[in-house]
Amino acid sequence: MRTRASGRTVGGLRSLSLQAPAVTLLLIWMLIPLGMTLWFSFQRYNLMMPGMEQFAGLENYEYLLSDPALWRAMGNTLVLVGSVLAISVIGGTLLAVLYQQEFFGRGVARVLAISPFFIMPTVSALIWQNMMMHPVNGVLAWFLGLFGLPAIDWFSSFPLLSIIIIVAWQWLPFALLILLTAMQSLDDDQVEAARMDGAGPLAVFFFITLPHLKRAISVVIMIQMIFLLTIFAEIYVTTSGGPGLATTNLAYLIYIRALLEFDVGGASAGGVIAIILANIVAIFLIRMVAKNLED
Amino acid sequence: MNTSRLQRFVLAVLAWSITFVIFFPILWMILTGFKTEAQAIADPTLFFTPTLDSYAAVQGRADYFHFAYNSVYVAFGSTLLALIIGIPAAYSMAFLPTKRTKGTMLWMLSTKMLPPVGVLVPIYLIFRDLGMLDTRIGLTVIYTLMNLPIVIWMLYTFFKDLPKDILEAGRMDGASTTQEMLYLLIPLTLPGIASTGLLSVILSWNEAFWSLNLTSSRAAPLTAYIASFSSPEGLFWAKLSAASTMAVAPILIFGWLTQKQMVRGLTFGAVK
Repeated sequence: MRTRASGRTVGGLRSLSLQAPAVTLLLIWMLIPLGMTLWFSFQRYNLMMPGMEQFAGLENYEYLLSDPALWRAMGNTLVLVGSVLAISVIGGTLLAVLYQQEFFGRGVARVLAISPFFIMPTVSALIWQNMMMHPVNGVLAWFLGLFGLPAIDWFSSFPLLSIIIIVAWQWLPFALLILLTAMQSLDDDQVEAARMDGAGPLAVFFFITLPHLKRAISVVIMIQMIFLLTIFAEIYVTTSGGPGLATTNLAYLIYIRALLEFDVGGASAGGVIAIILANIVAIFLIRMVAKNLED
Repeated sequence: MNTSRLQRFVLAVLAWSITFVIFFPILWMILTGFKTEAQAIADPTLFFTPTLDSYAAVQGRADYFHFAYNSVYVAFGSTLLALIIGIPAAYSMAFLPTKRTKGTMLWMLSTKMLPPVGVLVPIYLIFRDLGMLDTRIGLTVIYTLMNLPIVIWMLYTFFKDLPKDILEAGRMDGASTTQEMLYLLIPLTLPGIASTGLLSVILSWNEAFWSLNLTSSRAAPLTAYIASFSSPEGLFWAKLSAASTMAVAPILIFGWLTQKQMVRGLTFGAVK
């Protein structure tokens, strides 16, 4: 029977059974917590008051949506993601062009430049907070002092910018790593031909290099977006979301609600909103990448 | 001739200056770990007499190897699990595609977009009720699921590159699906599988959200260990640096050795 059946059916069945473990696990991973989050979001449920759970309808959402903290956190999330993306894509492209040139010790320089990507977020947050940005003994304060400039208290004067610097420091090397690899497949003859035709370095960059990097850039944007939307450790270690709400992103806001205020209902409503936001981004992103990966 | 030499010199200086700036915090962390606490907060200097005191002090305060063991356990355990589950799935997607395959793959990637905070509460409660809070197994399971979509995508890319004929020849000779995977697919794509595994190890090793929220002491990996140094009593820079250096050294060296390979997997083959 099996040999008589069309190859497609056998393939389909076999394919299904081979994929079953992965698909089932991911379905469970997605559906059960998602379902529970949705359910909790309609409950008045605080871990500090056991036995008091009751249906709350849209109360959690009303409370959350009328809370300025949510909008502040959403704004911070978008600013954080947007600026880190801009820094790493633009900076990464320029650096990829630079590191593509031949210079003394290029290989070593490349490896050192991509290193921050391998550093765990908790460590990079601590190093930056204590040793780089410390207002008294930090390296940046010392450096400004060389020019007679006053030290900056980074985390109280520019809290969100400080977080952006730390996160960008980790992710720019990632963009560099990907874009540098993409550069290596750039056709030298094409560049040479363009030069012969009188194209300057800028023209070569905008009309040959940049279009060549299009796919790599879209991959960078997609992967970074996945990780940047959920930035947590850097904030947890350095500012705990403060001062005030200055560095509270959605991830951190929900964390505060759930594990510091034990408000499961409110945290779940926040979770649902975060999921909706992420999915809006995902729909747009996945389309873009899928299109790019097709050819 | 002279101008080109000058150009090259300027280029090298520029490139190395930027490299120095980017790498500086890491260099500084490594250097500070070998200083005394007094030297650590003094004006920056690259020259000093190194000492191992901070390393001894850090080890005296908390057993590094306990946390390192947890990190190794969860990073490699979850990677192994993700590969065992991911290889058959990626195999079927690459060699037995159906109409639904592409949709399935995109759906898998979309689960990665699910913000962990969105599901933190239910996972926390489930773990509490199952007694899996602060256990290595619990964290391993989470990391496996977290990395599975990326692992499958990467493996798919590597498998896709394998000429179909090789596997077909094996099938002609009567190899079963399992044999085909064990004796043909895995040996032939070992470099790809290895780089997928290495990336998964790196992501798990550095993951901080779940480890901070689901573990406290018994199963805490190095990410949580380092975070404990952010408390006021931990504000000794030399010791903090020594501890940080120990926490990142294994994975940094890993990354250096595998960066070339990793790129292909990371970009799902979109960037050759």
